[in-house]
Amino acid sequence: MFFTYLRRELRRRMRQAIFISLGLALGIGLVITVTAASNGVKNSQANVLHALYGVGTDLTVTQPPPQDSGGQKTTFGFRQQIKAAKQGQIAAGTKININDLVNGRYAPLASGVLATVARQHDVTSAIGGLTLSDVTVTGTVPAVTTGGGGSFKSAFTTNSFSAAGVDTVRTSLGPLSAAKLTSGTGLTAADANSDHAVVDSGYATQNKLSAGSTIDVGGTNFTITGIVSAPQGGNPPDVYIPLAKAQSLGKNGTSGLTGQVNTIYVSAASAADIAAVQQEIAVALPSATVTDQNDLASEVTGSLSSASSLANNLGKWLAVAVLIAAFGLASLLTMAAVTRRVREFGTLKALGWRSRRIIGQVMGESIAIGIIGGAVGVGLGYGGAALIDKLAPKLTATVGSSNAASVAGTGQGAGGALRALTNTAHTVSVTLTAPVTVTVIFTAVVLGVAGGLIAGSLGGWRAARLRPAAALAKVE
Amino acid sequence: MYKLSGVVKIYKKDRGTVTALRGVDLVISGGEWLAIQGPTGHGKSTLLQIIGGLDRPTSGTVELDGMNLTRMREAKVTEVRARFIGFIFQTFNLIPTLNAAENVEVALVPLGVGAAERKARTEQALATVGLSERLHHLPSELSGGQQQRVAIARALVKNPTVLLADEPTGNLDEGTRDEIIGLLDNLWRSRGLTMLHVTHDSTVAARAQRIGLMKDGLLTVTPAPGRTVRQAASHPPASA
Repeated sequence: MFFTYLRRELRRRMRQAIFISLGLALGIGLVITVTAASNGVKNSQANVLHALYGVGTDLTVTQPPPQDSGGQKTTFGFRQQIKAAKQGQIAAGTKININDLVNGRYAPLASGVLATVARQHDVTSAIGGLTLSDVTVTGTVPAVTTGGGGSFKSAFTTNSFSAAGVDTVRTSLGPLSAAKLTSGTGLTAADANSDHAVVDSGYATQNKLSAGSTIDVGGTNFTITGIVSAPQGGNPPDVYIPLAKAQSLGKNGTSGLTGQVNTIYVSAASAADIAAVQQEIAVALPSATVTDQNDLASEVTGSLSSASSLANNLGKWLAVAVLIAAFGLASLLTMAAVTRRVREFGTLKALGWRSRRIIGQVMGESIAIGIIGGAVGVGLGYGGAALIDKLAPKLTATVGSSNAASVAGTGQGAGGALRALTNTAHTVSVTLTAPVTVTVIFTAVVLGVAGGLIAGSLGGWRAARLRPAAALAKVE
Repeated sequence: MYKLSGVVKIYKKDRGTVTALRGVDLVISGGEWLAIQGPTGHGKSTLLQIIGGLDRPTSGTVELDGMNLTRMREAKVTEVRARFIGFIFQTFNLIPTLNAAENVEVALVPLGVGAAERKARTEQALATVGLSERLHHLPSELSGGQQQRVAIARALVKNPTVLLADEPTGNLDEGTRDEIIGLLDNLWRSRGLTMLHVTHDSTVAARAQRIGLMKDGLLTVTPAPGRTVRQAASHPPASA
């Protein structure tokens, strides 16, 4: 009888039932689509961070440049020579050809820092590395005229590429961990002090380099042993050389980098330990910057960041608002339906139906509508997610662009341009997908039933409060 | 047997009160047919609802076969209604989405009767009121007289001891009215029902054994002589 009555009643109120179901479906569909898009954005972020950060690396330890250097001032031979040329100490017409491997982004870490990090309780392994830029400036010193900075700058040609000094023993951690060897051979422990390098495939193609070619890094010719490809086009270093060679060739202002690193790559015992490791290192090295993927995520800008913000803020609240509106609408319409059925419920009470049986009937009808709404909502949600997959919008994520831009903007003359080059922005392009998970579908069904329960509870409460005499009196 | 003692019903209306019943004393014997007449708004329906356990008096007591309905919990009163009291309404009050058989079956649901037995009893009840051919018709597909027959079948399918009818022929034409009242008369005779019947129609009221007149919340009961004489010989013994 329950199901017969329920079926007949839903058929009688078909328009209203469809209306309520569609309202719930719209809300649930939106929740599914937004959640799927949000999952997609999260996946994209994870991929981007993976590409930018390196496989297997949980944390990086760096130290900002000293305050008195403005964080960005890079002083090396070129700067001194330019100054000398401007002061007339280098004669006009003198040819300049400088190739330096420079450190600019991070301050060198004190000796012993790597060991300190490696000693921390939850650290599985830690290796050091150098993140450097190879800068070549060529040109002829022009005649110095007052206010002629522009012509002075244009007299020189600047070329640069990024270079990483890597631990050749433990390549599973650090910048090479995310790279895949596509030709030749990679760097091995035997290469620790060699003039061997591996080159990123993008840079190799651009500069027609292959295994066996040579490349000038910091004024030293390196033999390219292999070509590597980083996943997701993560804009990895252009050239990887052994750490020891990077240390011997690299310059930090007027000083060398012998025995120094500027980045420590850390692997935690487990994902759950990352926060603990971060805390341990922060305590042990108060002046160091300890960064994990979440920190890096907060530095990501570009359309991926906008999409993430859109999904997490506008999308989430829009879905919640629509869902609340749908629940409210369902409740109001259910209560209105109960009001219209006062005589019916009064009659049933007169026939001996208990209030709880009538409430059960009303709730059953509402839950059925909620389930239908949930099912349609899952369909709509799938449709929305499929639409996102079909459109597959391209998103870009940039880390450090604002920093680089500000440097370029505030730099003066050729020195400023060089400083900008030492602060390369990493940009990754990803395709947004919207994966619908079982959890999302389960949530949708729960939401549908919840919508029905809320509406049914209110309707049932109203029906239960009816006094049979009063209900019957309404029609008499 | 019904026994009403000093039944008063006062309604709150707006900021004042309305006294619908002003101390009604009434005894209705088992198997008796009592018709209540009176002007509109003088308490007829209120009295019927209190007797049927649909409402509670402000003061006084209502007893049905020794059970004090005024002191019972709501759930118990509901059970009494489900088992012992059948209702017939002026506007039939059939559930529009259910067909004739299902409308009758609805009365058996609170009694916990199994599906097969419900079906059998429903078909029998509808056959009794002459609607065997209309089991699967919706109320909207039935005439007023047929709808009231379904309502009568619904009231009687649970074999109640009391039948309360509020203007059962008020919405019917004269011919149909006579049919329905004849049917009720037959059922009353054959089943030994205690019947309380509110009506404006003196012709209908004359079929009862006694006639009560409700005026200003007070009830005056007088015998309906012709009926009493006829009934004395033919009515079966009243059930307790």
